[in-house]
Amino acid sequence: MENAINIYHLESHYGNFKALKDITASIPRGKTTVILGGSGCGKTTLLKHLIGLLRPTSGTILINEKDITLMNEHQINEMRRRIGILFQGAALLNSMTIAENIALPLKEHTRLNPETINIMVRMKLDLVGLSGFDKFYPSQLSGGMKKRAGIARAMALDPELLFFDEPSAGLDPVTAAGIDELIIRLKSVFKMTITVITHELPSVFMIADYVIMLEKGEMLFAGTLEELKESTHPAIRRFLERKPDTDACSPDDYFDIISGRV
Amino acid sequence: MGTWALSLIGFTGRLTFAFLAELKVLSRLINSSAYWTFIAPFTYKRFRLKQTVSEIVKVGYNSIPIVCVISFFLGFILALQAAYQLRRFGAMIYVANLVGVSLTRELGPIITAIIASGRSGSAFAAEIGSMKAAEEVDALIGMGINPVSYLVAPKLIAMILMMPALTIFADCIGILGGTVISVTMLGIHPNAYLNQTIKALLVRDVATGLIKAISFGVSITIVGVYQGFKVTAGAEEVGMRTTASVVSSIFMIILLDLFFTVLFYFLT
Repeated sequence: MENAINIYHLESHYGNFKALKDITASIPRGKTTVILGGSGCGKTTLLKHLIGLLRPTSGTILINEKDITLMNEHQINEMRRRIGILFQGAALLNSMTIAENIALPLKEHTRLNPETINIMVRMKLDLVGLSGFDKFYPSQLSGGMKKRAGIARAMALDPELLFFDEPSAGLDPVTAAGIDELIIRLKSVFKMTITVITHELPSVFMIADYVIMLEKGEMLFAGTLEELKESTHPAIRRFLERKPDTDACSPDDYFDIISGRV
Repeated sequence: MGTWALSLIGFTGRLTFAFLAELKVLSRLINSSAYWTFIAPFTYKRFRLKQTVSEIVKVGYNSIPIVCVISFFLGFILALQAAYQLRRFGAMIYVANLVGVSLTRELGPIITAIIASGRSGSAFAAEIGSMKAAEEVDALIGMGINPVSYLVAPKLIAMILMMPALTIFADCIGILGGTVISVTMLGIHPNAYLNQTIKALLVRDVATGLIKAISFGVSITIVGVYQGFKVTAGAEEVGMRTTASVVSSIFMIILLDLFFTVLFYFLT
């Protein structure tokens, strides 16, 4: 199995807080990889490292065998032309229409004439099922439609790698399932390497080929979906069976907590 | 050494480090703004004409009414205040000198800058701040678009061009205001007033005002976008940063004004 991304011993800090602890993982090419974990486990931090928004304290990230932690801004921008990102809130530019949003990366990075760009925008809108919404502003769309528009913009330059940050966050189950369906279709039609960050179990079972699970900044598990289902690790079982964290604290610990000594 | 002394040293140290960190961020911003505004358009990168024109309309054209009204009243007030002093010496015609010189050298640029920091500086902070809070700035970076090139350079060019233009408007309308009050209330003949103004004004007076205006424009833009980029989350912080941008850009304007006034005093 060939890997699109290899991560070696990645460490990251926010001030004195260690957000990622010695992560070594890989993301296979042409598959959908889900990065799974509870809130605050470092999922989004890991994503921001993969797209070069954050620089790690130490460690190496190879995308297509090139180390992005050593790249300068110009080289990273070149690399970013081959990746597409859907942010949590879709992050469409509110001052522009949907069509202008999708055209933005095309106008910035290509010298196509405006007619060609218009045609490409309509193609991308059709791909995500938003034909006819090109003149709308982001504020006029529902949450699910914004995400679809965000996917269309991420797809604008026909990237090799697609990243999704919590694509179904804040959506009702039906709309969320629609987004999952779209992700599956993108993988099967375009053979793209897709990385999805989520904590929604139904999505994981639907879209994942490969799973990386994080907890408190550490990597807990990496393997196929089947291997995840069969895992006996207590934290993984808790997550899969939706049981609360029941680490009981001793009376002494509790006393420390309420007296403010922790 | 007492514990209070140690904690004083610690406090000073933390404050210094925090200040130096801020200074580093600010100097990086100034550096890349200068690069994307003055150098990048002449290399292989494209110049964002459409956005620059739209910023020019927002910060320049749309400010004309308010700048005109305020500077008209300012000329009005200046003429009356001058007359209050000058009539004791029977030198009413020198109202024209006072109004003309103080408007072009000082009050024209500064009142324009204060209006611009309230109108445009705050808008820059709010626009970039809310984009930052909604991950839009991250999205730009993710698309391989430098946010300074996309957001700051058009604003900086617009302000550098429009601040002197608005200042010229403020100077002319202010002198008009002075003329109106002198003619109607002080009994000076309009021709005499205008001739006196022309005699009193030197090119140097207008030029120093315009140099000030350009420097005010740059500082309003940098302060506004700096506060905008500092937003990390939430609408509340956007409001806070917007307020901070107006307060600190007015402070910067006064500081720069002091600097240039001293400089021009000794140069001329």
